[in-house]
Amino acid sequence: MSYIRPKFRHPELPKNKLGYSIDFYEGALSTLCAGCGHDSISAGVIQACYEMNIEPHRLAKLSGIGCSSKTPAYFLSNSHGFNSVHGRMPSVATGANLANRDLIYFGVSGDGDTASIGMGQFVHVIRRNLNMIYIVMNNGCYGLTKGQDSATADNGSKNKSGQINPFESIDLASLAIELGAEFVAQSFSGDKTQLIPLIKAAIKHPGFAFINVISPCVTFNNNVGSTKSYDYVREHLDATSTIDFVPEMKEITTNYEEGSSENIKMHDGSFLQLKKLAKDWDPMNRESVANAMMIAKLKGEILTGLLYMSPNTKDLHNTLETNDRALNSLSKKDLCPGSEILKTINSELR
Amino acid sequence: MKSTDIKDPEYFHKVVDCQYACPAHTPVPHYIRLIAEGKYSEAYMVNWDSNVFPGVLGRTCDRPCEPACRRGRLDSEEPVAICRLKRVAADNKDDVKTLMPQAPFKPNGKKIALIGAGPASLTVARDLAPEGYEIHLFDEQKLGGGFMRSQIPSFRLPESVLNEEVNFILDLGIHTHFNKYVESLKEVLSKDYDAVFIGTGAPRGRDLPDMLGRWEAAANIHIGINWLGSVAFEHTSKIGKNVIILGGGNTAMDCCRTARRLGGENVKVIVRSPFSEMKASPWEKEDAQHEDIPIIDNHVPKSFVVENGVLKGMMFDRVFALIDENGKRKLVSKGEDEVFYAADDVLIAIGQENSFPWIERDLGVEFDNWEMPVVNEKTFASTHPKVFFGGDSAWGPKNVITAVAHGHQAAISIDLMCKQKNLLLERPSPFVNLVSQKMGIHEWSYDSEVVNDKRYLVPQADKKLTLSNRKKEVELGFDPFHGFKEAERCLNCDMQTVFSETKCIECDACMDVCPTACISFVDNEDEESDLRAKLKVPANNLSQDLYVSNTLPTKRVMVKDENVCLHCGLCAERCPTSAWDIQKFFYSVTKAGKGCH
Repeated sequence: MSYIRPKFRHPELPKNKLGYSIDFYEGALSTLCAGCGHDSISAGVIQACYEMNIEPHRLAKLSGIGCSSKTPAYFLSNSHGFNSVHGRMPSVATGANLANRDLIYFGVSGDGDTASIGMGQFVHVIRRNLNMIYIVMNNGCYGLTKGQDSATADNGSKNKSGQINPFESIDLASLAIELGAEFVAQSFSGDKTQLIPLIKAAIKHPGFAFINVISPCVTFNNNVGSTKSYDYVREHLDATSTIDFVPEMKEITTNYEEGSSENIKMHDGSFLQLKKLAKDWDPMNRESVANAMMIAKLKGEILTGLLYMSPNTKDLHNTLETNDRALNSLSKKDLCPGSEILKTINSELR
Repeated sequence: MKSTDIKDPEYFHKVVDCQYACPAHTPVPHYIRLIAEGKYSEAYMVNWDSNVFPGVLGRTCDRPCEPACRRGRLDSEEPVAICRLKRVAADNKDDVKTLMPQAPFKPNGKKIALIGAGPASLTVARDLAPEGYEIHLFDEQKLGGGFMRSQIPSFRLPESVLNEEVNFILDLGIHTHFNKYVESLKEVLSKDYDAVFIGTGAPRGRDLPDMLGRWEAAANIHIGINWLGSVAFEHTSKIGKNVIILGGGNTAMDCCRTARRLGGENVKVIVRSPFSEMKASPWEKEDAQHEDIPIIDNHVPKSFVVENGVLKGMMFDRVFALIDENGKRKLVSKGEDEVFYAADDVLIAIGQENSFPWIERDLGVEFDNWEMPVVNEKTFASTHPKVFFGGDSAWGPKNVITAVAHGHQAAISIDLMCKQKNLLLERPSPFVNLVSQKMGIHEWSYDSEVVNDKRYLVPQADKKLTLSNRKKEVELGFDPFHGFKEAERCLNCDMQTVFSETKCIECDACMDVCPTACISFVDNEDEESDLRAKLKVPANNLSQDLYVSNTLPTKRVMVKDENVCLHCGLCAERCPTSAWDIQKFFYSVTKAGKGCH
């Protein structure tokens, strides 16, 4: 009988710059179904945070309700966490971020939590460009309630009981682009070589960063006829590019064929190195991205990789011109600067 | 890299590090689980079948299994106390005699002579007697056991334990010829034996014949193994107050501890090499030091100091170890004055060698330039068709468990020879079994939880008591409770992780959950070294194999580095398609007469 993870780790585990080996970024042992795509995404988050030398106490995990929203328990045990109400994770994230802008806000949601009950919250958090990572673990079904079709189930996809979904699906990535999100990516839980650099880039992006990850539900949506099964997704993947995240200090050594590669500079000097695979696609041009996604959809393919990114983003704090310090770092003197200052302000209003 | 052929039993055998390292390939995790279940008699019989002397070995084995134990490769962990667990089975067993073959056996008309009654010969006897062979066992001593009796002191191995296990064998209807020194192989061969097995050990202790004063003080200078034998057979019962033991092997440790019990108050071990390079097992050195015996290293003996025909002590040159340009270790004199150590008696325990004065050289038994018999490494046959060697007599001094392993193989050869079969081509394959242990989604038929307990110490009797009585056993052994606790430390390495690529959907769950990062899904490489370098944690322990699958649909392969796999079963628990399964691997060396014919 298990559910018990041994305490032993590989004795030669390397350490990152902070002196932590990867086990410091682990969470509890997952209680999701064996083979759940969500666990792979959790492992990707652990790997990305370890490699980026993130201090766990500088990160807050936020989630709503659902299988996906359970996952923050399974990574980064040493970080902050808030498991909120169904579909309301963006509100909690907004509040937390406005209070303390110094943390990395890592939101995890599912297709139900985002595309159904949380749709209103989702579109508004995009519109406000809250500085956070928003990952949707998208399996096209309601796993916790035994696999009913969700709003992201594709029209024509067959569920485990053999029923065909008659409704159009909500394409979260297209929606995000439509609403003006400035970092939009799509990936597959079974492809960590693509997913991990995307998570790293999303963490670096100084505004709202959205990653829609197709994550098969092995128990309820991995059957023949499902468009979100491991086999189907693997057969219909169409990556926009290969992607490497290059921290600023590292010299770029790989040389791709001219015209096929592109280095996107992030705000802090790090790079996203893309080797383009898709034609007529420019990750900095919203129109070409919308086109590429439309074409892929018509061909029945799933476009993955970085879809759109704008390095010049203006997040909610900048828009609202809030204080550039976290509220918890403001002292009484900062908050009550005294009657002299009050006089100055009052005189300005006269 | 080519995919791994798990149909070859040696692949999984090698994963069971302890069993693989054991010369007799005793199925260690199997009997450790039986001990944990309190099935001591069954555990004993698993051992008895494989290593013949569980009670003896549970106290005295050189334990090649323990340095191999996977647990020792984990962070700040020590190996499972495999040897002392074996003793738990021996100490707590019920009447096991009824579980053994019962004499008399139907004779098959063949007659075998075994020369020397040590562990190798006794193993041959045990394996062949139930097959109907008429076994004649010869030894110069009055009792069987060979060096297990003459060299291992009673405070490490009580006579009762040895007698019981020797008698299990003698009771199989063995014809014993004790107090009979065989003087001529020619004479033995002239009798109507179908085969002769020579298990006479390495009976000659090395001496320092040319050292100044050696023969003048001969009365107080003893050869270690002869002296131990003379103590065991109660010809010697005391020694001087100041004793020097020369040598750094296990015999030296037994000599010094015995000397402490025979009146030696000021006993010292003085050894040429540095302490860390001594041949003695670390635990034997510890036990000696625990009995207030200093071990003085880097001292090369130069001469015996004799006054008026009486031994006064020895002179030593102080040296240090130097690695020369060829990487060889040399002992170089420090150039200081020689140093004197007083001694009433000196025991020389600097090694032992083979000696075959009783084998005529014109019989067709060939000897090499070093006066060692020419013996086939697989069949243990000499160049004479009827003569076989085993134990220390074959290739020089080793240990009990090696002698047992030799005995099994020689018995197979003798059996094949008597049945006019080819000794090499018709040797029986090992008995192998591989069975799934799945009981439920998170349930295995073994205790898959990895406990965090540190190695338990075996309690010892009070030093005052043991030093005053040569026969009082020092180690008390684990009680059943601590035996259980120690048994639970075993990682169950025979519970194999078996992968079937046709079922794998490449969800990465096994790779993500594995606590020790053993599993990687990567693109294959032509060179093993390239593949080893690109795994989740590079596989730097080259003595441990990689388990490589066939190519998967995404063109990758599954690679498992066996090095620090905890056999916790999480990979199989997290696998949605049962592509991973935990299967119990049982491997047993086939004994004489038990193979398919």
